[in-house]
Amino acid sequence: MNEKKVIPIGPYHPLQEEPELFKLYCEGEIVKDVKWETGYNHRGIEKLSESKSFDQSFFLVERICGICSTSHPFAFANAMEEIADVEVPDRAKYIRSIIGELERIHSHLLWVGLAGHFLGYDTVFMWAWKYREPVLDLFEMISGNRNSYAMFKIGGVRRDIENAKIAKIRGVLDLVKKKTDLLTGAIMDDPVIHARTKGVGILSKQDIMDYCAVGPTARASGVDIDVRRDDPHAAYPLVDWKVITAQGGDVFAKAEVRLLEMYESIKIIDQCLKGLEKEKEGKIEVVVKNIPAGIGTGHYEAPRGEVFHFVKTIGTNSPARHKIRAPSYVNIATFKKSCVGQTISDAAISLAAVDPCYCCTERMAAVYDYGSGERMMNGIELVEKSKRRTEEIRRNY
Amino acid sequence: MEKEQFIEKITARFGDKILKAEIIKRNRILVDVDTNAILDIANYLHNDIHFRFIIASALHTKEGFEILYHFSDDKSGNIANIHVVLPHENPEIESLTQCFVAADWIEREMHELFGITFLNHTNPGKLLSEGNWAEGVYPYRKDFTK
Repeated sequence: MNEKKVIPIGPYHPLQEEPELFKLYCEGEIVKDVKWETGYNHRGIEKLSESKSFDQSFFLVERICGICSTSHPFAFANAMEEIADVEVPDRAKYIRSIIGELERIHSHLLWVGLAGHFLGYDTVFMWAWKYREPVLDLFEMISGNRNSYAMFKIGGVRRDIENAKIAKIRGVLDLVKKKTDLLTGAIMDDPVIHARTKGVGILSKQDIMDYCAVGPTARASGVDIDVRRDDPHAAYPLVDWKVITAQGGDVFAKAEVRLLEMYESIKIIDQCLKGLEKEKEGKIEVVVKNIPAGIGTGHYEAPRGEVFHFVKTIGTNSPARHKIRAPSYVNIATFKKSCVGQTISDAAISLAAVDPCYCCTERMAAVYDYGSGERMMNGIELVEKSKRRTEEIRRNY
Repeated sequence: MEKEQFIEKITARFGDKILKAEIIKRNRILVDVDTNAILDIANYLHNDIHFRFIIASALHTKEGFEILYHFSDDKSGNIANIHVVLPHENPEIESLTQCFVAADWIEREMHELFGITFLNHTNPGKLLSEGNWAEGVYPYRKDFTK
């Protein structure tokens, strides 16, 4: 791997976004091939989980990802409850779905902001992140933490959402809805954003099938899958909502899916809050004393797609095997399809379009000349190039 | 596809290559299969009945190395776990990359962490451990200590 040596600031550099290296091999302006190196930050969490008790493993898997930190405990709880044959109380179901959907809202807002930043729309970046803050404040109010909420346990949730807090949650949802209208309008109606994202980074339905991609990446290519509906759990079968799909498969379609999904999330939370109002406070768990031997497969639709946990138990108090698959694991591989043939200036947004998990993994992109293999630019320069392209298009309008 | 229907279909199609097929939970199916038939079965699941490959989980147990290939039928929410057992010595199995590209990363990962060999892999090479780990050291095996 001679290329690795050429890079002046390596994948471990604290200023870079991910200890994972993508190399774009280019011929002139056109990307001809993409290669990557992973494993810079392999933490051995699956092995570590085998040395923890089931309760401790919840805190461990919560730390796989900072942005979708509740998705892993959600899937793990589903797997464990499948083994233990446990049905959680309705109040816990509502709380689980509320936490999951609030997380989807803040994660999608984060993506909208980053996508704006990559395209040179730093106002979108600042707005999106500004209105993400009240959602994080809600998490602080509910769980005491803005991140890693520690809400899940086998048989229910750790904390109740008292009915007195519902009005405050509704207030924030109203604000987020208004601001999502604003962002959606600004993005969907902007001719420059259309020019930068339509027809860019296209993934066909067949590509999605081949790579088994999931989440908004799949739904933007017309593949109608969503674990929340397909394998009903928590409060999702109790409320009215729909799965958002789009047909284009390009970056614009992915943005559209995420923006519209936020409205569905707001709808789900609103109905869950109504459910909470009807339920008696405090009934948030069933006591599970023993976990029998068996296998469990739990999955949950995280903001980026399906999170999957496989657990094997042998009657002890820790997993004999715990396999975890995050959605970025299958989505990142689609870069080979979405980037090749694009110009370098479209590469940054094509890579960002699948929303590879920024929080738990950091990214380093380097551009190489196809012929000589010489390094041409790094990730920051790549974003700058993308911004200049937007600026050029904007001037022509 | 209903669970019972799936079990009937796969048993009729592959006969004695299916060692055991059972519904283990509400919408979970466990199918023990002959190791030599894995490629044909994966091909059938992916290309004929359009099950989505989720991931594969390798396990190191007393029996040897076990692999569970998890396939999802998104229309019904069923998950089919296709189970094979490989021996302790020289565990090897045909690579599913010959059917679909989605198996690429996970098979390379299983090779590095468990030492299972995937035959005819279309993109062999290190995924995680390039330049980091010693050759022949498989950290996810049960006998691995340091």
